[in-house]
Amino acid sequence: MASMVDATIEALAANLGIDYLDIDVNSVQLPPGEDVGIPSDDGDLYQEDDLELDTGFGNIIIVDNLPVVPCEKFEKLEGVIRKIYSQIGIIKENGLWMPVDPETQKTLGYCFIEYNTVQEAELAKEKTNTYKLDRSHIFAVSMFQDFDRFMKVPDQWAPPETKPYTPGENLQHWLTDEKARDQFVIRAGSDTEVFWNDARQLKPEPVYRRPFWTESFVQWSPLGTYLATVHRQGAQLWGGASTFNRLMRYAHPQVKLIDFSPAEKYLVTYSSHEPSNPRDPQRVVINIFDARMGKLMRDFKGSADDFTLGGTGGVTGVSWPIFRWGGGKDDKYFARMGKNVISVYETETFSLVDKKSLKVENVVDFCWSPTDPILSLYVPELGGGNQPARVSLVQIPGKEEMRQKNLFSVSDCKMYWQSNGDYLAVKVDRYTKTKKSTYTGFELFRIKERDIPIEVLELDNKNDKIIAFAWEPKGHRFAVIHGDNPRPDISFYTMKSGNNTVRVSKLTTIKGKQANALFWSPGGKYIILAGLKNLNGQLEFYNVDELETMAATEHFMATDVEWDPTGRYVATVVSSVHHEMENGFNIWSFSGKLLYRILKDHFFQFSWRPRPPSFLSAEKEEEIAKNLKKYSKKYEAEDQDVSLQLSEQDREKRKMLKDEWDKWVSKWRQLHEKEKLERQKLRDGEVSDEEEEYEAKEVEVEELLDVSEEVLTDD
Amino acid sequence: MRPILMKGHERPLTFLKYNREGDLLFSCAKDHNPTVWFADNGERLGTYRGHNGAVWCCDVSRDSMRLITGSADQTAKLWNVQSGTHLFTFNFESPARSVDFSVGDKLAVITTDPFMGHTSAIHVKRIARDPADQTSESVHILKKPQGRINRAVWGPLNETIISAGEDSIIRIWDSETGKLLIESDIEIGHKKAITSLVKSSDGSHFLTGSHDKSAKLWDIRTLTLIKTYLTERPVNAVTMSPLLDHVVLGGGQDASAVTTTDHRAGKFEAKFYDKILQEEIGGVKGHFGPINALAFNPDGKSFSSGGEDGYVRLHHFDPDYFHIKI
Repeated sequence: MASMVDATIEALAANLGIDYLDIDVNSVQLPPGEDVGIPSDDGDLYQEDDLELDTGFGNIIIVDNLPVVPCEKFEKLEGVIRKIYSQIGIIKENGLWMPVDPETQKTLGYCFIEYNTVQEAELAKEKTNTYKLDRSHIFAVSMFQDFDRFMKVPDQWAPPETKPYTPGENLQHWLTDEKARDQFVIRAGSDTEVFWNDARQLKPEPVYRRPFWTESFVQWSPLGTYLATVHRQGAQLWGGASTFNRLMRYAHPQVKLIDFSPAEKYLVTYSSHEPSNPRDPQRVVINIFDARMGKLMRDFKGSADDFTLGGTGGVTGVSWPIFRWGGGKDDKYFARMGKNVISVYETETFSLVDKKSLKVENVVDFCWSPTDPILSLYVPELGGGNQPARVSLVQIPGKEEMRQKNLFSVSDCKMYWQSNGDYLAVKVDRYTKTKKSTYTGFELFRIKERDIPIEVLELDNKNDKIIAFAWEPKGHRFAVIHGDNPRPDISFYTMKSGNNTVRVSKLTTIKGKQANALFWSPGGKYIILAGLKNLNGQLEFYNVDELETMAATEHFMATDVEWDPTGRYVATVVSSVHHEMENGFNIWSFSGKLLYRILKDHFFQFSWRPRPPSFLSAEKEEEIAKNLKKYSKKYEAEDQDVSLQLSEQDREKRKMLKDEWDKWVSKWRQLHEKEKLERQKLRDGEVSDEEEEYEAKEVEVEELLDVSEEVLTDD
Repeated sequence: MRPILMKGHERPLTFLKYNREGDLLFSCAKDHNPTVWFADNGERLGTYRGHNGAVWCCDVSRDSMRLITGSADQTAKLWNVQSGTHLFTFNFESPARSVDFSVGDKLAVITTDPFMGHTSAIHVKRIARDPADQTSESVHILKKPQGRINRAVWGPLNETIISAGEDSIIRIWDSETGKLLIESDIEIGHKKAITSLVKSSDGSHFLTGSHDKSAKLWDIRTLTLIKTYLTERPVNAVTMSPLLDHVVLGGGQDASAVTTTDHRAGKFEAKFYDKILQEEIGGVKGHFGPINALAFNPDGKSFSSGGEDGYVRLHHFDPDYFHIKI
């Protein structure tokens, strides 16, 4: 199919006298309306948009309930309206029109206002609807383009049709794979592909491939049920038993970022829009959808300034995700930070808990516990150190403070929760006495213990810079990269030391490693110490139980490391986000054995499909771990079969190639023999044809160098 | 064994050629002096002086008496191998890119580049036994392909000429009539410019290397694609072992991008592939620029590579090499 299309394209290019190979296809801009015969499957989506936009009057609003005034007061009223509405956005020239009744020479009590942009019009509607000009004149503002819709409302209410129930596909079918393989999605060039990681066959097995599947990126939902694609018109969710079907669409024009709630009940979409006046802050729209119903549950609109407080990084000053989900796996709460407040919403009503935000003077950062409805928040020093910085834990929905710790001469704090919510580590950068430099320590909270004891941990060398910190998932250990580039040290600590003393203790320090990132296996125990990007992709696979290196290797130029959800395999990726060379990915075993390697130009994204948490109880898991031998027997036999089969296949393939080659060689030999005489003739009868026919002769050459005569006298 | 580093050229290497006995190695470079070396120890024997431009290609006669060189100074020259004296000059209107002696050394095929309004062309010249009788008359001039012809060689019994170049198509011509006989298929052929072409020692098949990051093995009579070798870098040079079923590919990222990345990113390795299984066996590192030229000693026990870095590296294989199993 592809080759056929290629051929027609090439023929067309030849007709037009274009060197098809020289053209960078991505740089080609099609004229509007041209689809080169490739029908878009998003057609209906476009049409829906068209309905909204085909009037082209999206930037016009109608303001009703104005006072009715005679013409002598016309100008005054117009001035008032212009004053109100030009605060919100720029009114177009001649964009304010207040019709006058030709008979009475009085205004009709409404006017039209045309703005430069749709966003401004929307904002004006939002802000001034129900605006009280005086007691008897309360504005009723509506969009001009909504008018048709209002006119069409039937007078009689008709009950909505109930659609017959059609059972959906099993969206978790991939979990029942017989070989217990995992899936991953990659995005390279214009193609997005989903594969099985068939590590035993040392290659990926394709599941689904679709060119132009997304317009910016793809994202798995946290439990792996859905794959989200992002488009100009909004986001879409895909899933299915054996392939990927469109399940739901969420309209949100110009959507830039998306985020799922942890139990994938809700989808948050984000977009920002350039204001028409460049001095104004950007406009931000955030929608929260119910993922399964596709219903908009709540939207937030405002200027970017309202959303940029606190936090760092993210896109153009907005720290993403703006809404952080808390309350464990029930998707019960979400929160965002504002100026001096943390607003916690609950998902039953999508309104603020207790109808008011949590007031925290000067808060700059907050984190949810991954499992419990507990917020940790950080407030920096105030008043030049008169009021100390503090980290506190707040229970939701009660909003009572569970624990608080005051900290002195702090320059910055970072909070790290352990994945079970058992521990919270706070990295504290403090000023030295001279205030010229900082040093780092850790405050470790034991959340699940009585009264939440706090421990202070300082590194052996207090002046070491902290490059990375990571908790062991579900475990009680953590790793820290500290020291100076390019060869920092890596230390491992445990929160549980022997004989029941509750103290943090150091396990070991590895000196001088080229590493700048830590990647724990999702099952714990194993960790990859990685030197990414400017450290050229050094990888060290380390076993923390035995405290020994399993393998030290490299994936040259690697930019990302991602463990599969089971912790059996690791992918290292070179994506074209950083550079255009060596793009592709490697799949390794957990112990650092390279299994296979795929190169793809313009490689953008690699993402494992997450798995939902196991249904097994902790006891059952422990029991399996203990009797692993018994359970693994079955798989060992299978493994052996596969490897036997593999070598059998391999041997057959090789034999086939060899036979094929031998056929060629014998044919060539025949022809060569046949042409021998003719060749001799061309060479004027010289016989020697093959290289073997000729011998190296050793010739000894004696050369007389010097002759001198000496007369020996006989005594 | 440690490779022998031969530093004699001041500019990037362009071509390497062993004589039939395998005792002499001829090298061409963008400096103007083709050079001859002892193929065993890398000692420089001498240079052939007279060209006034980059020398792109050379060929040596079966009896190691005559050398022909093609140069960007728009000439191809005949030389006495032993004395280094210049015997004859073929003048063209554009740079001579590739030269090849026929079986019996009575004919030579010379290709010229498109240049200043002249299209590229394949010239067939008669080579006289006595240089005094040499004329510059062409037996044939073939003009059809677009773009530069990077290599043209003789087919079996001098009946055909095989050409390949920038238009990524391989063509087989009748050397008597000048008629185009076969063209490689666009679907299965190379997708980008072909940079190199080398015949097997018995002349039954040939290997082409291309900027599309692959090398392909073809039957010389039917132009059937037999094998494809995939690599990670544009291929500038290819060669085949006359002894074992190995092919060697050389190349690397574009010379203009070399300084922008780590030296390992350039992939300036000579890569060995199993000729039959098309699997990579190993690589020989060393050059710090792309490899432009590769040649196998006819005895199959050593090979040499020439790089953009101006060095020729002469590698004698360790005994292990002859027992590689994959």
